Amino acid sequence: MDLLNAIVALANFVIVPATAYGAQLALGALGVTLIYGVLRFSNLAHGEMMAFGTMLTILVTWGLQGMGVSLGPLPTALLALPFGILGTMLLVLAVDRSVFRFYRQVKAAPVIFLIASMGVMFVLNGVVRLIIGVDERIFVDGARFLISAREFKQMTGLNEGLAIRTTQVITLVTAVVTVAALFWFLNKTRTGKSMRAFSDNEDLALLSGVNPEKVVTITWLIVAALATIAGTLYGLDKSFKPFVYLQILLPIFASAIVGGLGNPIGAIAGGFVIAFSEVTVTYAFKKVAGYLLPEAWEPDSLVQLLSTDYKFAVSFVILVIVLLFRPTGLFKGKAV
Amino acid sequence: MKKLLAATAVTALTAGTAFAGGHAEEIKLGVILGFTGPIESLTPQMASGAELAMAEVTESGALLGGAKVTPVRADSTCIDAGAATAAAERLITGDGVKGIMGADCSGVTGAILANVAVANGVVMISPSATSPALSTAEDNGLFFRTAPSDARQGVVMAEILLEQGIKEVAVTYTNNDYGKGLADSFEAAYTERGGKVTINAAHEDGKADYSAEVGALASAGGDRLVVAGYVDQGGSGVVRAAIDSGAFDTFHFPDGMISDVLESRFGSEIDGSTGQHPGTDSPGAAKFAEIVGDAFDASSPFTPESYDAAALIMLAMQAAGSSDPAVYKDHVLHVANAPGEPIYPGELAKALKIIAEGGDVDYVGGTAVELIGPGESAGNYRQIEMKGGEISTVQYR
Repeated sequence: MDLLNAIVALANFVIVPATAYGAQLALGALGVTLIYGVLRFSNLAHGEMMAFGTMLTILVTWGLQGMGVSLGPLPTALLALPFGILGTMLLVLAVDRSVFRFYRQVKAAPVIFLIASMGVMFVLNGVVRLIIGVDERIFVDGARFLISAREFKQMTGLNEGLAIRTTQVITLVTAVVTVAALFWFLNKTRTGKSMRAFSDNEDLALLSGVNPEKVVTITWLIVAALATIAGTLYGLDKSFKPFVYLQILLPIFASAIVGGLGNPIGAIAGGFVIAFSEVTVTYAFKKVAGYLLPEAWEPDSLVQLLSTDYKFAVSFVILVIVLLFRPTGLFKGKAV
Repeated sequence: MKKLLAATAVTALTAGTAFAGGHAEEIKLGVILGFTGPIESLTPQMASGAELAMAEVTESGALLGGAKVTPVRADSTCIDAGAATAAAERLITGDGVKGIMGADCSGVTGAILANVAVANGVVMISPSATSPALSTAEDNGLFFRTAPSDARQGVVMAEILLEQGIKEVAVTYTNNDYGKGLADSFEAAYTERGGKVTINAAHEDGKADYSAEVGALASAGGDRLVVAGYVDQGGSGVVRAAIDSGAFDTFHFPDGMISDVLESRFGSEIDGSTGQHPGTDSPGAAKFAEIVGDAFDASSPFTPESYDAAALIMLAMQAAGSSDPAVYKDHVLHVANAPGEPIYPGELAKALKIIAEGGDVDYVGGTAVELIGPGESAGNYRQIEMKGGEISTVQYR
């Protein structure tokens, strides 16, 4: 019984939240890594693209809610998501045509791209705040819980409750579907193969007749979709606040780099590594230890490695360690 | 040289007009509150409260031979000391205010006091800064507050919880002067009276997700979670995460958490939770509600305190016979405390008249003002409970 209680406590506060968070980071990191693989620069505006996509989705969600459309137990935002993706695609293409294409034509160094993307970040940052404001927006509707802590306790008779929110399940399912579709596209379709060829060796790909502008356009379209999905899932599961998307840019980049920049599998692994370490290192294991250890050994302290204030620092420590010992990331990516 | 001459000329001219207006002067008072930021849902009512007192005095025509009092609003942001200092600097040097009703949050209040008010010798009366640290701040006798120090709120909070038989609590506080000061004074008072604080952990405002923080709080355990935070900010996030994960069912809320937002966000989900915020059942509170009418919500936290803060500044001016902060600062305690005729909200005209005739007043106002120690309210609290999704009054203490 004690063992079960310990497992449930751990699942409730570590495993379930970290898995959902990991899926959100993985989707974000995939977008960063694709841009790095194909266009060869770190796109700092990615967080704001997520915010922009989420904002569009929220606006459409409000519209749908106003018309009385709903998905029953599922959030209406899922219905609005395609519109958000379309809008973000248009925005991202416009940005590419007006900013990044110029630097591609003059064959600018990656650091110039990086700085240009920072400029794009600031502009998008302002646009999002102008349109939707700086306040917190909660746009989730439908059933809140798949199973709530109280129901779980009644069902099992355990001391510990396990709450699984609908949004956490949706996050995971959507992430799996999206990743599966992306890998099918990259590995099986002609366009996907030409993207990988372009990423591996630009000159050889050009010689074999790959159209570079087409590859770039497709990449941006995929990235826009990924960014909107990741942003909306994060906003659904937590809450939407423009400032937050600037903050999660850090763990997203950490995920992409830890996994190996330019390597999609690495991005997913990196997302989960970062999410689990953030949550585990800052979790207080007192309760779990209390269930597992004999009474005499029960700890008085919280058994917490780091205060939760240092959550974001964890990603950086992992980043530094990985870069010191494996500069190309856990999976073989490109050296930064 | 030319510039210097021009500047001197301008100064001389403005000084001249100031003298000329001496008889029925226009007195500007700063109202510096966080109109944006973590307590932005409270500040509009607070400002309206202060401005109501100013309108009342102007209308009476009894202050310093018919002076007109005009409010000048500025945004303290509640959290950004740099922005707040700049705003206060502008009020004093640009608008030439003779006193400041504000600021609101403890951190920015301390910053404005140290950097602007003391440097320029301007009186500040804060309606809501409650950090114990401000009791000992270097103020040259310029700083007062109509809100009690949190050292007092900590004691009241500990008493409420222990009376309900709650012996073990977890505490989380917003990581600033207000949160830390309150959490520490509560822990001291609670432990001294035999309670146990299992964890006293900070949370940062403005995050999207507080599940990690709640994980630590839940692990430490406790019968109730004390949330010394802001309802428009991380405080609500922590409560939401705690309810969702089933970590805590009931909470205890100090003043920063008690507002309509709490009802609308959580409703009956937090039934059985308790809390307290400065408030009183003295006849002053009812009179204040009466003169406010439907203009704004008179029971919103710190609203009567704001009215009282502005009233005290103007009564002290009358007692000193001058709107010069260096002169009237010594009269604030005098008009606030006994002996004298008790003055309730809506009676400012009467008070001004008594003072003008050489009499004594004891300003009671909307919050039973009694300034103690270094010029801060002795403190009355309204104890509340969440019942059927609404905040209801249990008692006053």
